[in-house]
Amino acid sequence: MPVSATQVESWLEAVKDPEIPVISIKELGILQSVTIKAGQVRIDIIPTYSGCPAMYAIQDDIKAVMEQHHISQFIIHVSRTPVWSTDMISEPGRQKMQAFGIAPPVAKNQDVVCPLCHSTHTTLISQYGSTACKSLYRCQDCLEPFDYFKCHAPVS
Amino acid sequence: MEAEYLYHYFLRLADTSLTMSQRLAEWCGHGPYLEEDVALTNISLDIMGHANLFYQLAVEISETDVSVDDLAFLRDVDGFRNPLLTELPRGDFAYTMVKQYFVDSYSLLLYRALSESCYQPLADVAKKALTEVQYHHERSHEWLKRLCMSTEEAQQKMQKALDELWFYTSELFESDEGMIYLQKQGIAADMESIREQWHSMVESHLIQCQLILPESGWVATGGLQGEHSEHLGYMLAEMQFLQRAYPGCDW
Repeated sequence: MPVSATQVESWLEAVKDPEIPVISIKELGILQSVTIKAGQVRIDIIPTYSGCPAMYAIQDDIKAVMEQHHISQFIIHVSRTPVWSTDMISEPGRQKMQAFGIAPPVAKNQDVVCPLCHSTHTTLISQYGSTACKSLYRCQDCLEPFDYFKCHAPVS
Repeated sequence: MEAEYLYHYFLRLADTSLTMSQRLAEWCGHGPYLEEDVALTNISLDIMGHANLFYQLAVEISETDVSVDDLAFLRDVDGFRNPLLTELPRGDFAYTMVKQYFVDSYSLLLYRALSESCYQPLADVAKKALTEVQYHHERSHEWLKRLCMSTEEAQQKMQKALDELWFYTSELFESDEGMIYLQKQGIAADMESIREQWHSMVESHLIQCQLILPESGWVATGGLQGEHSEHLGYMLAEMQFLQRAYPGCDW
């Protein structure tokens, strides 16, 4: 029986972001679409950051999942559009991020919430953190430092 | 002819980003403190990503079978089209930050203009790069203010960096025949307009920081024609060593 796009999408739920291994590439907005044409599966992905080194690992992980399901006719296309923004992160993705200890992105005038004690009494330590997509914050109440996933609003 | 102009324009954009990124990467392990070390290398990575995207545009338009890696690692000094500013040695932290602030301001204005390019792949890349450059610019502007409002020694270092780097900035806005042609087609940015916007923004920031603008004087030029300072040769020797010693090496 030929494979369906929905089927492939559900398999790809297993592909997580290498830096945040609880969130799938679909929840992060990296996986844009799965289409099937003339028996060939086409998987479109977009990078979060231009220089994100995880894109290579993600493509390898997608290949592994496809091979595991004995699909050989597929291509992975790294697309330039749409331009990724943090608005593409799904609500379940944001919740998983918080549970993992990373504060999800908020609009510029909003408080960053401590993922541990949920206090809004937090300060920026450094705009650049362990990876390009994160900043380093500290909670003023529980005193724990934590990662904040930077807000990348779409360019209007 | 248009394809050749485009190819050279994409190399101008890509080479500027690649040399900028490589100089920032040299800070790895040498930042003034851990968070700053991480910031410098993160920004280097973003800008290398921009170089990669611009090289891809060049590869797509090229009639020869050239790859992004070939362009980055197998061209010699005279093939590079970056302005001299981005190949200058990294210097001290003040020097790096003043240079970064100049180039971030330039990239911000340039990519904003290129987001409107009628050459869609270029507009797409510019939009992507812009989301990141906004962060870079915010940061280098913050450092400019912080260091200028800091100790007397910091102020002196910033003024010295400004005095040395200022005469390299006018080259950022140079155009050649091909760029002027592409601008008329609505593809490339109008460099005269970018120059005006840059001066208006940068000069007001520098004055707010109580820095003194250098008097006019000697002006750097040559990058667009592949005429470079000796610094680029040393940079390429280090950056390209692996691909030259082990052609096609991959991991």
